[in-house]
Amino acid sequence: MIRSILRVHAINLRRDRPAQVMTFVVPIAFFTIFALVFGGTRAGTRRVHMAVVDESHTAASARLLQALQAEKGLVVLTRAPTSPRDTTRVPIDRARAEAMVREGTVPVALVLPAGLDTSLASFGGSGVPLPLLTDPADPIAPQLVTGLLQKVVMAGMPDLFMGGGVNQFERHTGPLTPRQRQAVDQWLPRLRAASDRRLAGGAPADSGADSARGAALSGLVKVELVPVLGRREDTSIVSFYAAAIAVMFLLFMVSAVAGTLLDEVDSGTLERVLSTRVGMTRLLAGKWLWLTLIGVLQIAVMFVYGMLVFRLDLLSHLPGFAVMTLFTAATAAGFGLFLATLCRTRAQLGGFSLLVILVMSALGGSMFPRYMMPAGMQKAGLVTFNAWALDGYVKVFWREAPLGALLPQLGVLAAWLVVFLVAARFFARRWERA
Amino acid sequence: MTVLRVADARKAFGATRALDGVSLELGQGELLGLLGPNGAGKTTLVRALAGRVRLDGGTIELFGRRLSPADARDGLGVVPQELALYALLTARENLEVFGGFNGLSGAALRERVSWALEWTGLVERAREPIRRFSGGMRRRLNIACGVLHRPRVILLDEPTVGVDPQSRERIYDMLGRLRAEGVSLLLTTHQLEEAEARCERIVVLDHGRVIAAGTLAELVRDTIGARRTVTLRLDRAPAGPLAGLTDEGGGRLWRGPVGDVDADLGALLARVRAAGATVEDLEVRRPTLQAVFLHLTGRELRE
Repeated sequence: MIRSILRVHAINLRRDRPAQVMTFVVPIAFFTIFALVFGGTRAGTRRVHMAVVDESHTAASARLLQALQAEKGLVVLTRAPTSPRDTTRVPIDRARAEAMVREGTVPVALVLPAGLDTSLASFGGSGVPLPLLTDPADPIAPQLVTGLLQKVVMAGMPDLFMGGGVNQFERHTGPLTPRQRQAVDQWLPRLRAASDRRLAGGAPADSGADSARGAALSGLVKVELVPVLGRREDTSIVSFYAAAIAVMFLLFMVSAVAGTLLDEVDSGTLERVLSTRVGMTRLLAGKWLWLTLIGVLQIAVMFVYGMLVFRLDLLSHLPGFAVMTLFTAATAAGFGLFLATLCRTRAQLGGFSLLVILVMSALGGSMFPRYMMPAGMQKAGLVTFNAWALDGYVKVFWREAPLGALLPQLGVLAAWLVVFLVAARFFARRWERA
Repeated sequence: MTVLRVADARKAFGATRALDGVSLELGQGELLGLLGPNGAGKTTLVRALAGRVRLDGGTIELFGRRLSPADARDGLGVVPQELALYALLTARENLEVFGGFNGLSGAALRERVSWALEWTGLVERAREPIRRFSGGMRRRLNIACGVLHRPRVILLDEPTVGVDPQSRERIYDMLGRLRAEGVSLLLTTHQLEEAEARCERIVVLDHGRVIAAGTLAELVRDTIGARRTVTLRLDRAPAGPLAGLTDEGGGRLWRGPVGDVDADLGALLARVRAAGATVEDLEVRRPTLQAVFLHLTGRELRE
């Protein structure tokens, strides 16, 4: 008897492709994506892009800059165009650095201020702190950079660091004897020469993870975190997840609702409707319009809830929110119709859409912010339209970007919408006249 | 007057000839039965008439105007075999939606919805979601959704399948009211008794071809002949064989064909009396459509 039950289930599974996809393919796809995002290889470990502003213009600042550039965990930018259309690159000043962080070009920018020498090896003393301009969107990058900075100073500028240490020693314990002073003066240049040779020969290929251990030394170089967006981090992260979750469930919703098309095929309702004055193009247009409207409503409900319960600042971002929501919902509606017309049965749609939407959500940043992924995964995410939608919401709610700055995101969403609608219309031809 | 004319309709799906030169005509106010075994081509023909199948050859004329698949068919109503309705909508909402699909709006739509609710006997249940409806109620609504826009020709695909005798009577009452207004009906069905009782003319399709067409009497005459079958139950076995009849029950039950009831039945009864028996019961059966159908299409299963 039990054997018969097992046999029925085995046959069902063998003949039910959506069930096979759900059982074996979806978990493996997810495992792969999350392994790539969180595990990675040494070569794929995230490197932090950082702008550096040299306001000190001293030998010490030049050496620190050189040491930072040699650090494998960092991508250091010292020059940048003054505007997106300008191809000439000029040294980055503090205002430009702030703008770069605000626009999301880099997650952090380090300022090497005048009086930098006193900051090195001040051991929390009276040295001038190094301002580190930060983006609340990325809470990890500042921690990583702070740790790397300590390590770079220790490894790349040992003579300056030790010199500062000796000075501190003298200040608190009295001056060195002439012989001690002579020995220190002979030792420090050798220390620097050794460091220079190492930098010239290429720094050791430390991973970010190795370098991050330097964070334990924080305090050797005084760093002051300066959030440039001036927004509360907690509400910013709420707006990100409001968008991320809303877009993911928008995809599930449009897939489910568009699936009614397949129900109508099964029930004969589609055949009947197509026997009336309603043609396939008009039918799809009506369904797309409905999906768009319900999608806009779904996202709006999510954000209003975020505003009421989590103090999400919706009202001061209404125009950007409205534009992004309209384009996102319209494109998602096209995506739902594309999936529904592509699949042959409701069961096939269920399995296929689950796989596609979960993968898209993981790649596109709904489950884990894209800016925290390795560079390759960040680029891979751009093939999904939901990544562009989330980028648009981030621009609106975090970067305070004007509507014009949303054009790239809106353009990509519109292009995807056209692709989805054309493909849906093409696949729907099979239900038209035989 | 002919309102619908199909001439030499041909359609193939791959190597299968679904329609292989079908021709038929439907007169105004007529109820024409379209019969045939499964796979005979009935549904393909109905779909071609509704513009859902593009013919490989042949023509369709509606009210004298030749139709292409893409032409509007405002004068045509289609009632599918499936209960093609929106289950979560009420009866009224379904009618409003399908009326809208057929171009009705405003006062005209409201007037037709009210008419349809009365016509189907669903006025009292108009505001209920139809998922609570019985099969018969859904069938009636299914028909109403196809006739809201006042079509003069209606294609009905198995309109009474799966309903009880009361609902079937109601449905034919509804169709009768339409015919009284001059509406023409083309009915496909496997219910041969219904077709025999309701249809004025019958067309039998098989393998994509019309294999018989005419009134029931014409079909009978042209196929199995008009002879009746007589069955006699006697009080005792006769003294000897009864000429022209076959003993089917211990000498007391006899059956055989009679060409002319008026002329031959009296002589037959005289022979029984002459053989020493008395007739206890007598049945005269005319040929049925079932017999004609099986004669034309055979007894082999079509699957």
